[in-house]
Amino acid sequence: MKLIFEKSVPGRGMTLLPKCDVPEVKLPGELVRDAAPALPEISETDLSRHYTELCQHVHGVNCGFYPLGSCTMKYNPRIDEEMAALPGFTNIHPLAPAHTTTGCQEVLDTARAYLCEVTGMDGMTFQPAAGAHGEFTGVLLIKQYHDARDDKKRTKIIVPDSAHGTNPATAAMCGFEVVNIPSAPNGCVDLDALRAVLGEDTAGLMLTNPNTVGIFDENILEITRLVHEAGGLCYYDGANLNAVMGVVRPGDMGFDCIHMNLHKTFATPHGGGGPGAGAVGCKEFLKPYLPQSALMTGSDRLQVRSFAGNFLVVVKALTYIMTLGRQGIPEAAQNAVLNANYLMAKIKGTFTPAFDRICMHEFVLDLSEFKKETGVSALDVAKSLIDYGMHPPTMYFPLIVHEALMLEPTETESRETLDWAAEVFRKLYALGHTDPEFMHNAPHNAQIGRPDEVKAARHPILRWQKV
Amino acid sequence: MNYPTNLQYSKSHEWVMMDGDVAVVGISDFAQDALGDVVFINLPEVGDDTTAGEPFGDVESVKAVSDLISPLSGTVREINEELLDTPELLNSNPYGAWIIKIENISDSEEMLSASDYEAFCQSEEA
Repeated sequence: MKLIFEKSVPGRGMTLLPKCDVPEVKLPGELVRDAAPALPEISETDLSRHYTELCQHVHGVNCGFYPLGSCTMKYNPRIDEEMAALPGFTNIHPLAPAHTTTGCQEVLDTARAYLCEVTGMDGMTFQPAAGAHGEFTGVLLIKQYHDARDDKKRTKIIVPDSAHGTNPATAAMCGFEVVNIPSAPNGCVDLDALRAVLGEDTAGLMLTNPNTVGIFDENILEITRLVHEAGGLCYYDGANLNAVMGVVRPGDMGFDCIHMNLHKTFATPHGGGGPGAGAVGCKEFLKPYLPQSALMTGSDRLQVRSFAGNFLVVVKALTYIMTLGRQGIPEAAQNAVLNANYLMAKIKGTFTPAFDRICMHEFVLDLSEFKKETGVSALDVAKSLIDYGMHPPTMYFPLIVHEALMLEPTETESRETLDWAAEVFRKLYALGHTDPEFMHNAPHNAQIGRPDEVKAARHPILRWQKV
Repeated sequence: MNYPTNLQYSKSHEWVMMDGDVAVVGISDFAQDALGDVVFINLPEVGDDTTAGEPFGDVESVKAVSDLISPLSGTVREINEELLDTPELLNSNPYGAWIIKIENISDSEEMLSASDYEAFCQSEEA
C-alpha cells in the first residue's frame, strides 16, 4: 500500500481541527522553522481509508492465533476498554483538586491492594510505563536500599543466562556490574554456579520464575535464601506471572521486589507500542524507596514518570481482576498452563521440545535437528506459519536453545484452535522433508514476503524522505 | 568451512595471528556462519585493557547480540574502524576482517591449532 505521504495532494485538507479562536502569537525568531514541515495533505475520507487499510494489514489477537512466546497475547475483554473510556476516568487532570478525583484514587488504591495480594507484596507504584521501565525502577529500589545502609561494596547483580535481555541491561543502567551464571541442563538456576558468585559484593539477583523456557524453578526457596544469606536482595521479573497468578506468590518465594507487566498479564492490548504499565511492588522494608510524583505529593523521592503513570491501563487491569475474581485469576493461570501442555503434547513426535517435561504457560521447540535433516530453519517455519494466518512464535529466544521457537498459547484459546495449530505444525514438519525450497521462500500469500532484514538492520530508513 | 593453518583459535571462536609482539584478533568462519548476517559491532577503545576470557565488545546479527571474548589479556593497540560502517566484512571475509590488535600481552586462553579447532567445531555441531 502507499504511504500517507504518497497520497498527499497539495492544498487538500480537512476540517478536523477547529478554527483558531485565540489571538495568534509571534514566536521568537530562533524557535521558528526555516521551512514548513512536510506533512501529508489529505482529505478526511482518504485519511480514514488509509488507517482502515493499515488496520487490515495487521495481525492482532482479534484476527487469529498469536502464540508469541513470552508476550502473553491473550484476548483483552471489551469490558476493560469500556471502563477505561468512562468520562470520569478520561476527562480529568492529575492536578485537579483531590476531592474531585476520589474515584480515580480509589481505582489506584484498590488495584494496589489486589495486586499486592496476588504477588505477596506490601507496597506498589504504578509510575513505570512498561516492563523494562519497571525493572529499572525495581533495581533502583535495591540500589537505594544498599546506599541508605552505606553498603557501598555491593556492586554486582546476578542474572542467569536464560534471562530476558532487559535484565542485564537494567542492572547495567542502574550502575551495577552484571554477573551471568549458566543454567543447569534442565534450564533452571545452577545452584553451584550461584553459590560460586555470591559474596559480599552481591547487590541482588534478578530472576524470572517460571523462567524463559517455561519451567518453574523448584529450588526457588533455596535460591532466594542463598542470596539473602549473602546480603543481597531478590528481584522478580513478572514477565511470566501469567503462569502462576493467584496460585503461588513471588513474595512467598522470597522475592523482595517485583515488576508486573499489567498490559500483558492483566489483559490490556499490547504489542503495538503502548501504553503499558510496569507496576513495581515491594516488601515493607523497601516502601520508603518507592517513587512518587513530586508535584502530587511534594516529596523528594525518586520519580520515574509523571503523576500516577499510565492510569487508564491500571483501570483496565483492575476491571480484568474484578471480572475474573478470586476464583477466575488462578483458573486463568491454570488454563494457560494446560493449553501450553496440550499444544506441546500435540506437536510432540514432529518438532522436538527443548525440555521434555511438563511446562508452565509456554514451551520452547528446538529445531536444530530438523534444520540439520531438511535445511529448513526456525525462521522458515515461522514465515510459513504466516500463510496459515497464524502469528509466528518468538524466534531464536531464549539464546540457550538453538533454532528456538517459543510458543505461549495463553488461556483464551479454545481446544479447537489448539488442535488446528498443532495440525499446522505437523503439516509444516512434513513439508520440510518434502519441499524445503517452498518453505525457504515463505510466506507466499502474505502482504509482505521476506523483507531484507539484514539491509533493514544495517541501513534503516526510519522516516519518510521526499525524493 | 575454512580453517587457515597460520592462525590459532580460541574455544569461543576467535582467531589470533601473532605479528611480532602484537596479536591480531578476529572471529572465525565458523563463528560468522553461526551468527548469521552481522549488522552491528561494538568495539573497545584504543588503550582499553582486555582480559583473557572476558568480553571486549559485541556483535549484533539479525538473530542476536553476542559477546566477543578476548583470547588474550593485554592492551588494545588498534581497532578496525572500517567494521563500524561495514560489519558485513565479518561475514564475507572473516580472516581478513581483523577486529582488534592487542599488545602488552600477559595472559592467554587455551589456544587451538587449525586442525584441533576444526575438530572442536565439529563436536560443537554434533
